[in-house]
Amino acid sequence: MPTTSIGLMTKLLAVLKKDLRCEFRTRYALNAILLFGVTTLTVVSFSIGQKSLQPAVYAALLWIILFFSAMSGLAQVFIREEETKTATVLKLTADPTAIYLGKLLFNLILLLILEIIIAPLFLVFTDAVVSEPLLFILILFLGAVSLAGATTLIAAIISKAGVKNALFAVLAFPILLPLLIGAIKATTAVFSTRASGFASISGEIQLLFGYAVVMITASLLLFEFVWDE
Amino acid sequence: MWWKILIFILMCWVIVMAFLTPAPQQMIGEASRIFYFHVPQAWVSVVAFLWSMIFSIKYLRRNELADDDAALAAAQLGLVFCFLATVTGSLFAKVTWQSFWNWDPRETSIFILLLIYGAYFALRSAIEDPERKAKLAAVYSIFAFITVPFLIFVVPRVMPSLHPSDSIVDKSGKIAMSGDTMMVFFPSLIAFTMLFFWMFTVARRVLGKERRYLEES
Repeated sequence: MPTTSIGLMTKLLAVLKKDLRCEFRTRYALNAILLFGVTTLTVVSFSIGQKSLQPAVYAALLWIILFFSAMSGLAQVFIREEETKTATVLKLTADPTAIYLGKLLFNLILLLILEIIIAPLFLVFTDAVVSEPLLFILILFLGAVSLAGATTLIAAIISKAGVKNALFAVLAFPILLPLLIGAIKATTAVFSTRASGFASISGEIQLLFGYAVVMITASLLLFEFVWDE
Repeated sequence: MWWKILIFILMCWVIVMAFLTPAPQQMIGEASRIFYFHVPQAWVSVVAFLWSMIFSIKYLRRNELADDDAALAAAQLGLVFCFLATVTGSLFAKVTWQSFWNWDPRETSIFILLLIYGAYFALRSAIEDPERKAKLAAVYSIFAFITVPFLIFVVPRVMPSLHPSDSIVDKSGKIAMSGDTMMVFFPSLIAFTMLFFWMFTVARRVLGKERRYLEES
């Protein structure tokens, strides 16, 4: 059945709207992600105390918090379909591409909310200083796109593997490593006091961008096999 | 049959000549003879990963469990060779760099390869149904392999490499080995690759028989 681009867009937004509505009723995934983020941030903040650390350490801590918070809730978008047994109905009403993109956008929104709350709190709780706010926002945004792009397919695999939530981080980590290394390098540059502008991190930005494009394309090709299982 | 005999002859040649010819890196000394075994093992672990991915793609296209057996067999052998390469590399590092592990780019990439293999088997062990297991494992294997080029680009930026960068190919792209070294290294590379493919055909047959036995009972 051929899908026109308008049809795809409508279906995609319908899937997204449905997921947002479900999420708004229970707020399970959002609560899990945010509370996990705040808890780890508190632990980090207490363990640092009054000490002031290297920019590289701050960058690593921030991305560790973001990574594990994301791991605690991003799979929920597919697990919910399996738990309520609605996957089959969804399969009938929309094609895999629309479903994947809808879920991807939903996860991206969750991650952006997480970052909007955690990143300022992180700067308040620690002594990290952002020398280039705009670049910092760009890195966080690209990081969220890449993170969502790579983990949404893994989330689908997890939900089909009989909801093995413990496996999520295990499966996602080796795949996310290039992204994490790139994001941490770029964030280190932004946290260091003598900033040298966009040129110093353009390589990392390109990496994050390329990674997001490749992972989303690969997911679009592979999602069908996971979903129609 | 002839090629099994060839593997035997090549392996004997490699094992004997690795100790009879002069050590490949004079600076490092006798310990550098591990080069003849360590590099082919690392090479095979990557080839096995690629091979496993090719059969994963085949499985998704044709939906035959025999292809999944092949993908699993390649991954199992790849894990063994990856482990061997890590251990021999770590011993070599202790001798030359005074520590077993220091996150050199190639150490990092082989470690990530180990993690991917580990995750692949963890995923397989989590699923009961053979068809579903095969499909999800195939998707994961392909997805993980796509990230490898990024690692090659990004990992060397974190740490400068301690690996001798000019031991196989020098900066101008020419082969930088003495004649003696080449006479051992290339047979070793061929022998290890052939050994992998031989073990692969055996492992694949065993897995196929096992699966059919389980289906019948």
